[in-house]
Amino acid sequence: MKNTISALLLGTALAFSVAGGAFAQDKNVKIGVLTDLSGLYSDLGGQGSIVAAEMAIEDSGMKAKGWKIDLVSADHQNKPDIATGIARRWIDTDKVDILADVLNSGVALAVNNVVKEKNSIMLNSGAGSSELTNTQCTPNTIHFTYDTYMLAHSTGSAMVKAGGDTWFFLTADYAFGHALENDTTAVVKAAGGKVLGSVKAPLNTADFSSYLLQAQASKAKVIGLANAGGDTTNSIKQAAEFGIVKGGQKLAGLLMFLSDVHSLGLNVAQGLNLSETFYWDMNDGTRAFSKRFAERLKTHAMPTMVHAGVYAGLLHYFKALDALGSNPHDGAKVVAKMKEIPTDDPLFGKGSIRIDGRGIHPAYLFEVKKPSESKGEYDLYKLIGTTPGDQAFRPLSESKCPLVKH
Amino acid sequence: MSISLPALSAQLLVGLINGSFYALLSLGLAVIFGMLNIINFAHGAVYMMGAFCAYFLLNIFGIGYWPALIIAPIVVGIFGMVMERTMLKWLTGLDHLYGLLLTFGLALIIQGIFQNYFGSSGLPYAIPSELQGGMNLGFMFLPIYRGWVIVCSLVVCIATWYAIERTRLGAYLRAATENPTLVRAFGINVPRMITLTYGLGVGLAALAGVLSAPINQVRPLMGADLIIVVFAVVVIGGMGSIMGSIITGFSLGIIEGLTKYFYPEASNTVVFVFMVLVLLVKPAGLTGRAT
Amino acid sequence: MTTLTEDTPRSSDNRAIGDEMIGFIVMAVLLAIVPLTGIYPFFVMQGLCFALMACAFNLLVGYGGLLSFGHAMFLGTAGYCSAHALKVWGLPPELGIVVGVIAAAGLGIVTGVVAIRRQGIYFAMITLALSQLLYFIYLQAPFTHGEDGIQGIPQGKMFGFLDLSDPITLYYVIMFGFLFGFLVIYRVINSPFGEVLKSIRENEQRAISLGYKTDHYKFMAYVLSGTLAGLAGSLKVFVAQNASLTDVHWTMSGEIVLMTLVGGLGTVFGPVVGAFVIIAMQQYLAGFGQWVTVIQGAIFVVCVLTFRRGVIGEIAHYFKRSL
Repeated sequence: MKNTISALLLGTALAFSVAGGAFAQDKNVKIGVLTDLSGLYSDLGGQGSIVAAEMAIEDSGMKAKGWKIDLVSADHQNKPDIATGIARRWIDTDKVDILADVLNSGVALAVNNVVKEKNSIMLNSGAGSSELTNTQCTPNTIHFTYDTYMLAHSTGSAMVKAGGDTWFFLTADYAFGHALENDTTAVVKAAGGKVLGSVKAPLNTADFSSYLLQAQASKAKVIGLANAGGDTTNSIKQAAEFGIVKGGQKLAGLLMFLSDVHSLGLNVAQGLNLSETFYWDMNDGTRAFSKRFAERLKTHAMPTMVHAGVYAGLLHYFKALDALGSNPHDGAKVVAKMKEIPTDDPLFGKGSIRIDGRGIHPAYLFEVKKPSESKGEYDLYKLIGTTPGDQAFRPLSESKCPLVKH
Repeated sequence: MSISLPALSAQLLVGLINGSFYALLSLGLAVIFGMLNIINFAHGAVYMMGAFCAYFLLNIFGIGYWPALIIAPIVVGIFGMVMERTMLKWLTGLDHLYGLLLTFGLALIIQGIFQNYFGSSGLPYAIPSELQGGMNLGFMFLPIYRGWVIVCSLVVCIATWYAIERTRLGAYLRAATENPTLVRAFGINVPRMITLTYGLGVGLAALAGVLSAPINQVRPLMGADLIIVVFAVVVIGGMGSIMGSIITGFSLGIIEGLTKYFYPEASNTVVFVFMVLVLLVKPAGLTGRAT
Repeated sequence: MTTLTEDTPRSSDNRAIGDEMIGFIVMAVLLAIVPLTGIYPFFVMQGLCFALMACAFNLLVGYGGLLSFGHAMFLGTAGYCSAHALKVWGLPPELGIVVGVIAAAGLGIVTGVVAIRRQGIYFAMITLALSQLLYFIYLQAPFTHGEDGIQGIPQGKMFGFLDLSDPITLYYVIMFGFLFGFLVIYRVINSPFGEVLKSIRENEQRAISLGYKTDHYKFMAYVLSGTLAGLAGSLKVFVAQNASLTDVHWTMSGEIVLMTLVGGLGTVFGPVVGAFVIIAMQQYLAGFGQWVTVIQGAIFVVCVLTFRRGVIGEIAHYFKRSL
């Protein structure tokens, strides 16, 4: 029954398009937001990513131009199996054109393969792994917001410049943590700093005091936290308890988001350094967007850079579609167009999408304010350094991406 | 890394702090198991509820840390008793594993609901002003709050042990575990006693939650992984005695602390490795009776 | 004290075997025609892998009375080993599966020595702790690539001519793998070995007094269950084309228990039905977002409180048949 109807519709659509003279006038788009709605990362992506996608659709003005845009969303529960299952079903049976957010590196790398195989599009905002635009790069994936390479470089070089030339790492003991530590070590050394040591803590450690004692004893000026999520927040909280920041050492969160800092509170997080590519209180454009965003979200939280990336990335996608005139339902073709036009949006400013799929825009080093400096619940950061886009990300000359011709 | 005595003693002390949490949690599990023959999989979830309760008391009612130390365990304990009355009660006489499955389901529900309403990254809870700062012990800087955790947990553990092993009420309790019918014949309301015991066990977990709120981020999943370590502690100690679970809790904290110093990479696995070793030598656990 | 499961008629009587044979044929035919119906084959393939997993788990708990809360370790171990063999060593699919299954069997032998020493709740806690130990090992081992997992695993050509990148071919290979595992389990349950196992579940002391070395039987059941769970894990690698930490995490073990419980502990077909129910829930309730875990927990609670026999168990009980 359903098939007959769609066949009829298709028939009519064909008739119309033939009558209209142009054959390809398909202006239907379907967007799928695939994110973590229930787990560890639901604060930095989650519901906020869906809201960001809705806002992108409304703000794009595509409706007025005759486009029909649908939005679906699902919770991948941080399981690659579920994520690839949903991705396949969306692409095959629901005809979803683009998968947005896809946070968590494990999930993103798994979906990356599906999207390439089916010639769809992944617009990744939430995952950190820089492999998505390195060895694993595909003509169908865009990694918009940030990656671990950028985090290491921005934080590492800017902090050494600011005088933090001796480092000690507190590293999460798995591939992600090691990569972050190695990348940052290279940057610190290149900038003339020294690494005094590191300690590897297993994932999901509840108590970091042993490690913090070792970090304290090292007398390093900067303690780099090469971990994520609950591990990072717990280590920062306990560092405050052991008086590490008060004792003159600086903490550098190598992978942290606004939501983490907000949940820690300024009392604990003050003085912490971290890198992001977006902060709500940068200029009028970011403030206007963030205010509207917070109003629409149940928790009234300000957007993280992941949310901002979903919004800006989709706006750019629509721009490419508009330039193409119709939806070719051909992932690689649309992505090629997206790489061709420069990006320009109120949140990340002017930038581009590189040949390897990397979104290029400046990275910012922030310091968390003291409670006395803060004027509101989300008045958390002060800007202390900017790395231009062309220096923040892995240079193409070092890239192992097959799309890059050396 | 060379071994220095000051650093080593610092790690021992830190291990003892972790041990305090293990001891409180495994004690609660042992109390519940002794009376209800149920392994309370929801123990991690009620631990988390204790921490959240302290947060709500502070941020909604303006009630500080010290009252919360008493109120939160009572509130969560009452919640536990409701759970026992409405659900666990119906499993009496069935295989013990059903209790495990039911409490596992309850843990998923509780954690899921908290996650929905309070997000995953957690909420801040400050150290009470009286316990802020630290003292220099010569070999390490000990935050006063950490010292308080050790003292508080030791006192509570010993008090619980005394109440169960040395008082009249405790004697009834132990008797009811052995032979409920006989105890009932003496005119004692056994079902009520079971409910109260469950409440006590849950309350102990909630107390551990309040104690940990200023140290760890108050997160919905804060108890989810901890509970598995505590299970291993319980297996190592054996369910035989209350004292056994207390001592095992503290000693494993210390063993873990030492591992963090000598070979930090293994500090999360050392408890499990130790469990395997103990099982190979003493299948009933260190203090357990053979079953 | 009642045990976890109850059999209505003994499955060894002829009517029961007849019912089960009919059930098996119906299931096989239904599975064989799936690609013709337009049902999304990836969903069914995923379901089949978990169904085999749940059946293997059920062999241990439903017939041996041993509830393992760490069965995900077999799923994950076999998955990782197969994935590594296929991707890094470049072995053909059939050998990849063999590597995974052998790894799972080896793990079963090693962990079995420790776990079998205790029963009941202790057994559940020990298996849980062991699987957590493995989780940390896999998290740190370089060959698993930590939280990124092993990705983009080549599907290859089985026996040199079955191209597994073709969904229909892959579907039938997975289906045969499942039916093979299912028949092995069915055969074991109805063998003298299975009968001894059931008698141990009913009353271990009596079995010991009859002269059975019950520990040997339990150990064998444990290793067999782990090995077949490993087969499920290896097959899943071809469907998902990745191997990740979620497969060794304890929440996965919980899901396996849930599948079996929903379908019916100690029933032949229960775990299959349960697996499909839970997988369908995860896939199609994904739109409900954050409520998925709460719903899973609620199902656990409802099952334990009111529905202990599970879907198939309740049906079998109603018709006084064995299924």
